[in-house]
Amino acid sequence: MQLNFPIFPEQASSVAGQVDALYLFLVLIATFFSLLVAILILFFAIKYRRTPERKAEQIHGSTLLEIVWTVIPLGISMVIFVWGAVLYYHMERPPQNALEIYGVGKQWMWKFQHPGGQREINALHVPTGRPVKVTMISQDVIHSFFVPAFRIKQDVLPNRYVFTWFTATQPGTYHLFCSQYCGTKHSGMVGEVVAMNPDDYATWLASGKAEGSLASLGEKAFQQYGCTTCHRPDSGARGPNLEGLYGRPVRLTDNRVVLADDNYIRESILEPNAKVVSGFQSIMPTFRGVVSEDEIIAITEYIKHLAPQEANPLNNRSAPTQIRDSEVPNIQRQNEQQQKTEQGKKPANPAGKKP
Amino acid sequence: MKPVMPERHYLNDNYGIRSWLFTKDHKRIAILYLFSVTFFFLIGGVFASLIRLHLLTPNGELFEADTYNKLFTMHGVNMVFFFLIPSVPAVLGNFLMPIMVGTKDLAFPKINLLSWYLYMAGGTFSMAAMVSGGVDSGWTFYAPLSSGYLKTHVIMLAVGVIIAGFSSIFTGLNFIVTVHRMRAPGMTWGRLPLFVWSNYAASLIMILGTPVIAITLILLALERGFHIGIFDPKLGGDPVLFQHMFWFYSHPAVYIMILPGMGVISEIVPCFSRKRIFGYSFVAFSSIAIAVFGFVVWAHHMFVAGISVYSALVFSLLSYAVAIPSAVKVFNWTATMYKGSIEMSTPMLYAMAFIGLFTIGGLTGLFLAALGLDVHIHDTYFVIAHFHYVMVGGMVTAYLGGLHFWWPKMTGKMYPEPPAKLAALITFIGFNLTFFPQFILGYMGMPRRYWAYPPEFQVLNVLSSAGASILAVGFILPLLYFAWSLKYGEVAGDNPWHATGLEWETSSPPPTHNFHHMPIVTKEPYAYGEGEEVPVVH
Ligand code: HEC
Ligand code: HEM
Ligand SMILES: [Cu+2]
Ligand SMILES: [Cu+2]
Repeated sequence: MQLNFPIFPEQASSVAGQVDALYLFLVLIATFFSLLVAILILFFAIKYRRTPERKAEQIHGSTLLEIVWTVIPLGISMVIFVWGAVLYYHMERPPQNALEIYGVGKQWMWKFQHPGGQREINALHVPTGRPVKVTMISQDVIHSFFVPAFRIKQDVLPNRYVFTWFTATQPGTYHLFCSQYCGTKHSGMVGEVVAMNPDDYATWLASGKAEGSLASLGEKAFQQYGCTTCHRPDSGARGPNLEGLYGRPVRLTDNRVVLADDNYIRESILEPNAKVVSGFQSIMPTFRGVVSEDEIIAITEYIKHLAPQEANPLNNRSAPTQIRDSEVPNIQRQNEQQQKTEQGKKPANPAGKKP
Repeated sequence: MKPVMPERHYLNDNYGIRSWLFTKDHKRIAILYLFSVTFFFLIGGVFASLIRLHLLTPNGELFEADTYNKLFTMHGVNMVFFFLIPSVPAVLGNFLMPIMVGTKDLAFPKINLLSWYLYMAGGTFSMAAMVSGGVDSGWTFYAPLSSGYLKTHVIMLAVGVIIAGFSSIFTGLNFIVTVHRMRAPGMTWGRLPLFVWSNYAASLIMILGTPVIAITLILLALERGFHIGIFDPKLGGDPVLFQHMFWFYSHPAVYIMILPGMGVISEIVPCFSRKRIFGYSFVAFSSIAIAVFGFVVWAHHMFVAGISVYSALVFSLLSYAVAIPSAVKVFNWTATMYKGSIEMSTPMLYAMAFIGLFTIGGLTGLFLAALGLDVHIHDTYFVIAHFHYVMVGGMVTAYLGGLHFWWPKMTGKMYPEPPAKLAALITFIGFNLTFFPQFILGYMGMPRRYWAYPPEFQVLNVLSSAGASILAVGFILPLLYFAWSLKYGEVAGDNPWHATGLEWETSSPPPTHNFHHMPIVTKEPYAYGEGEEVPVVH
């Protein structure tokens, strides 16, 4: 048993200090009001304790006091609300230059994939001083990615990608917990996050047994599963050309326009009939139960790399999905609308404004 | 002159097991509930003790992980659905609501009895699930874990909860109709005791909210039993939908649990301060405000569950709105004590403990409603500490306070004061020692529902377990002296506390039809201090 125990977890990320500041502010407020109430009731209980002479003074109430003790807590609450909201907004908006890492949760382990193709289980190596965005999905039930030293947490859902981001500030090894109850070994679904100096991190990356980059792994899977039989750049292909797809609007047979993000691509693979690209038959078979979540992540990475986005203007994709230049502003507006109404977080590659 | 027991009262009007099992008397039904909720509380308490025992060591040495998961599930289910939700409304409320509004019984006495049978049927299902291997879904039943992955009797437990839900719907219905239709002459809305107001508000939530948990659990059972895809993505469902539906009921349900307790406090504080309640109408309307706002904050349980940033903002804002009426109540109770003539009898000790502990519980709710902070403390021991401060420090304390306060009315006998004061003190100390360390533990990052934990969390866990053993003593003592008082307690007399309220105008225990003469109300509630002589100390 360790006898000296701290009352704060380590502060090892850029937001940790900010979360602690809000926490301390709340501790202050809570202490003040708890003491106020406790002292008052104890004081009253003693000062006005019953004696033969004591008669209670009847007071019915005071509207002024009621207003005072409604408005003051309301005011303080609003300060807390705004503070918490601003912080949350910051925590939910990853910077654009973030290093992208992918995670898959399953009963009962964490798997991570780095862009360079390095894979780890129940451990995550990250560089310090650089924003890291972890995009995650679960293979079975809901899990939750929780790193107390970074003050971040994100439930990991089985039906769509979610993400969290952080900038580690202190090299060190920190707890990674699953914080959403997920069955028998929930408390065993733990691991460590190792934050390293950029140099050490580079060394670590180089020493990893990667069989090629994530994108090249994706390419292999893409061929292995026969995606190429339909998805080819030539005009005779039965499926749309996937070059330049990522991050672009796609018109569907029902004339809706959706953004081709990670979730869209994943859905196209697992649930091809849910959204059918305009001008194509819904002949693509589902790959549910065939392609694993890890492979979908790799394939998506491969599709991202298929063509650099800026080199491929919107109207340059294979004919059926072609969208005229004049439609672009219109589509963008539709997209914005859709993103707003769509339940859930922003797509995996958001505009990334820093508040 | 020493008081004597009345010759005939509801307890001796009839004898035999049938006279109890087929009774339509709300007071006897209250006693049936008293025994049954105590039973479930004890079972829940045994599970809690085992959990705390297990957590003494970090590496999960006492129980298997699956066993541990079943323990916390059954602890939560027992305590929430079979103890806290029925505790004050079904025991004290059943006993007091008709008397307080000045009528013979609830509006639908047979439905009232049916409520108890439904409750027992629900309890039977949940006990059956428990003895046939237990269930490890957590009291929150999150999908798709509970619908597609667990191998235990989830459906049986869910059925138990659904059935028990109907019992609280019927109780709520009964209360609402009784308050609307059966008030004695002169008992205007403005003269209703605050206990009635808060049970009324809780009843609104019971009838509007409880059907939703029933529907949610039925959908869960359909998915589990027939693979109809609703929540599990593998079947085409959406797991976040489950959380929306579950919390749409379960957040308001926390107010089903606390509002009746607040009502108890609003009775006790004026009585032992010999004062009118400060700001009657503000206390009354804050209950309604809580009931209404309580329905629009559910997603504050889901800030990291994958809801959009904008809905998180809205739900955080609304959560602060619901905290304000609770704060108003606390300030009004405190102000009621100002310039009173205060006697620290056991019920008052519990009431004071309630005010303090509920304040801490409510204030830590503000921590959790702060978005950027909740990200860190969600699903950690901080949440556990928060809700135990409100549910145990608040509601259980209020229930015990109320039980002491109305025990003379219910049984005609006085409980012994010295051990009762001691028990209140032990409970207070034990409670804080058990749950305060959990705030720190949570902020340190210990997730909830952990069978094993890193060694640096051990000190705080040991403290908490030590507190729990003290708390257990505090809870067992009342059981003993209440039982003792039935035989050896002093005869209480009609109004041992010199309290106002119709329940104190009839005999203790009351006759089967509550009043010898049907009352006519001419006074404001809490008309303390009008030409009264109060004995100094009990
Ligand atoms: C039998 C031919 C066929 C195979 C094999 C096939 N697809 Fe498709 N795919 C299609 C067709 C046709 C569409 C367009 C209609 C639709 O959306 O379902 C499509 C659409 C898509 C889209 C959406 C494209 C867009 O422009 O929006 C993606 C992404 C995709 N497929 C990925 C894959 C991957 C990855 C594989 C291999 C695992 C694969 N497909 C295998 C025929 C196929
Ligand atoms: C005073 C206003 C209150 C506020 C602002 C508040 C806020 C919150 C918030 C935001 C959470 C979610 C925390 C999380 O999971 O991250 C929460 C959890 C909880 N609260 Fe409160 N709360 C308040 C009062 C109460 C009361 C009165 C009760 C019960 C009597 C209660 C019982 C609970 C329970 C049971 C949970 C956790 C449920 C679970 O996850 O198992 N709260 N509260
Ligand atoms: Cu887990
Ligand atoms: Cu809530």
